[in-house]
Amino acid sequence: MKKCLLSGNEAIARGAHEAGVKLASAYPGTPSTEILENITQYKEIDASWAPNEKVALEVGIGATFGGARALVTMKHVGVNVAADPLFSFAYAGVRGGLVLVTADDPELHSSQNEQDNRHYARFAKVPMLEPSDSQEAKDFTRLGFEISEKFDMPVMLRTTTRISHSKSIVTLEEPVTGLPETSLKRDPAKLVMLPGNARRRHPIVEENLVKLGEWSSDQPFNRVEEGEGTLGVITSGISYQYAREVYPDAPLLKIGLVHPLPTRLIEEFAARFDKIVVIEELDPYIEDQVKAMGIDCVGKDKIPLCGELTPGRLANALEMPSETESQAPLNRDLPNRPPNMCPGCPHRGVFMELSRAGAFVTGDIGCYTLGFMPPLNAMDTCICMGASIGNATGLSKVLPEEERNKVVGVIGDSTFLHTGINGLMDMVYNKGVATVVILDNRITAMTGRQDNPASGWTLQDERTFEVDMAALCRAVGVKHVVEVDPYDLSATRKAILEEMSRDEASVVIAERPCMLMKRDIIESRPPLYVKTDDCTGCKACLKTGCPAIEWDAEAGKKGQARVTGHLCVGCGFCRQTCKFDAIGSTDE
Amino acid sequence: MSKVSNILIAGVGGQGILLASEVLSEVLMNQGFDVKKSEIHGMSQRGGSVISHVRYGERVYAPIIPEGEADLLFGFELLETARYLPMLRKGGTVLSNNLRIFPPEVLLGKQPYPEGLEEAIAAQVDRFSVVDGLGLAQKAGDGRTVNTVLLGALSRQLPYEKDCWLEVLKKRVPAKALEANLEAFDLGCQSVD
Repeated sequence: MKKCLLSGNEAIARGAHEAGVKLASAYPGTPSTEILENITQYKEIDASWAPNEKVALEVGIGATFGGARALVTMKHVGVNVAADPLFSFAYAGVRGGLVLVTADDPELHSSQNEQDNRHYARFAKVPMLEPSDSQEAKDFTRLGFEISEKFDMPVMLRTTTRISHSKSIVTLEEPVTGLPETSLKRDPAKLVMLPGNARRRHPIVEENLVKLGEWSSDQPFNRVEEGEGTLGVITSGISYQYAREVYPDAPLLKIGLVHPLPTRLIEEFAARFDKIVVIEELDPYIEDQVKAMGIDCVGKDKIPLCGELTPGRLANALEMPSETESQAPLNRDLPNRPPNMCPGCPHRGVFMELSRAGAFVTGDIGCYTLGFMPPLNAMDTCICMGASIGNATGLSKVLPEEERNKVVGVIGDSTFLHTGINGLMDMVYNKGVATVVILDNRITAMTGRQDNPASGWTLQDERTFEVDMAALCRAVGVKHVVEVDPYDLSATRKAILEEMSRDEASVVIAERPCMLMKRDIIESRPPLYVKTDDCTGCKACLKTGCPAIEWDAEAGKKGQARVTGHLCVGCGFCRQTCKFDAIGSTDE
Repeated sequence: MSKVSNILIAGVGGQGILLASEVLSEVLMNQGFDVKKSEIHGMSQRGGSVISHVRYGERVYAPIIPEGEADLLFGFELLETARYLPMLRKGGTVLSNNLRIFPPEVLLGKQPYPEGLEEAIAAQVDRFSVVDGLGLAQKAGDGRTVNTVLLGALSRQLPYEKDCWLEVLKKRVPAKALEANLEAFDLGCQSVD
């Protein structure tokens, strides 16, 4: 059998292929995105990007009702969006198996919160598997479909960033064969969740969970690793790996199915030891249930509740620090290196002008959230996908007249289509007066350039219909929709100021493709340079925050700006801000 | 073989750190080791500070290196090499590119890029080698082969035959860029003792 080094995400994609999945749907979100990107190599799977997570899950539910196995993936906060179908789908159950991957992000490496989605499994009454490495990510994906069909329930598979984005060795297997053919099958008592039907389904779900919990106590995915000493460790997921770094030889109960917990197995294990330590990242999810069983244990009284665990953090928490002596930090002031918008990023022009206009910017989720960073400093709120527009409406409704025209919601194309459009509908319907700027770069950029309904391409790289953003805004009733090229700063400024001054909802669409667009549609421009005879060192161009411009304190009389040629893409933002015509193009 | 070895790769988003850590991990897997590697995608890609953890041995548990236990710090940019020095164990080795990429505060002239980083690192660690990655890449005929130069230099720190590296490189590098990459690897090998 072939061995490969796979990330958790690649392994889940492989697991879906091995499990005979017919359909996969997702909205991109770090750290889940690469699952669907990798699934495209398995041509038998219909894989697609949905406009949001709720739609992705609904598409998956449709596929299982047709008798197919379906995979749906999203980041942790995506499950909040998909929670509505999830909770009722749990009552209906499946026909073909369904696995819903939630990729959580402890430490908020690329997220706006670090919610622990294990709670969703209990809350929605859905089983949840939690792999500890890539091999388990693959195997548990397969297993998820088996459990889903055996117990007639959707199954959640929870990864965290360190599972999704770590690579480890995986032994591949052949895909299953002999799955039933898809077909239409009416079963209204099970599939139509009206009160009468749902009321009858609920006790069945509860019974199935009890049966599953009992069954799972004897399954190999929940296992006891025997060891030395009187201390027993209970753990799951990535925390298993950290637990083993700190307690390499301790007896350990490794839980693979975290909902429902294998209570009989936990009781038997705990009874054998003087002391139990529950090692888990984020919330005391297992600990609370273990304590509710009447078992005393060490847990969040010592182990941090916030952030991800690391071997060092865990060892310190359990007062077992490493004996290895480490290097001291360099005795120097080391400047931070936060992420930044790319050279030539079209968002830069919009944020420069919003900053100049003194706008109060309600922000949203995407690369443009980096507009928050200095020197642009042009973002005042950011809550979740699509929130910018609703936030702007609410603000504009409560502020005094002289302030409300300052409110501008900023949202990317993908986020607008995700949930922003509903906010815009509300703004018009309920007579909000804010301005919305749609940063339309034709791609879902932050997660690594995924296509969306406005890009004209599918995940499978096929041509498809391209949403007409301006027409969509007009269709919900926006009278003033202005389209500008954000590379043209004065036109962008004019549009923003004009629309801000209006006492009704209005939209500016700033359209220019992302600089990292994978398709060859980026107009190539020669790099710029600073004319050393003309640069007065006024630093206006530095306010663009472009990584291709640096300050040379030694040059000229009081320092001068300099363009790094190999980084510059010739977008011209700096040139438009220079009052002294001191920036030239290398082709002139 | 029970001990786990740890290599931490540090640099700036966009420098090809992920590709380098892929090659390294595959070379190690081909040697029969259990291998794990971990890095962060997403927000940190946009020119931010990026690290990749590579761990190998008979059995590796955590995919991230315990703090202060890296055996080798492999830096693609000087400031990032300096930043992650506390991840290195006492007696560990540092191999770094000599490149300086200015972070935003330095570009804006608000903070200087720290002077004398090479000397400061050399004064603190026992084994420190610096590679002129870009210079050697250009000498190899393609400035984009910096990460291959650095992999060449790294290969000298590890006890595996050159062919083990070339076998993996040949699979990863597009045919038209292969010649420059092989030359870059050689120059990297020769650049360190």
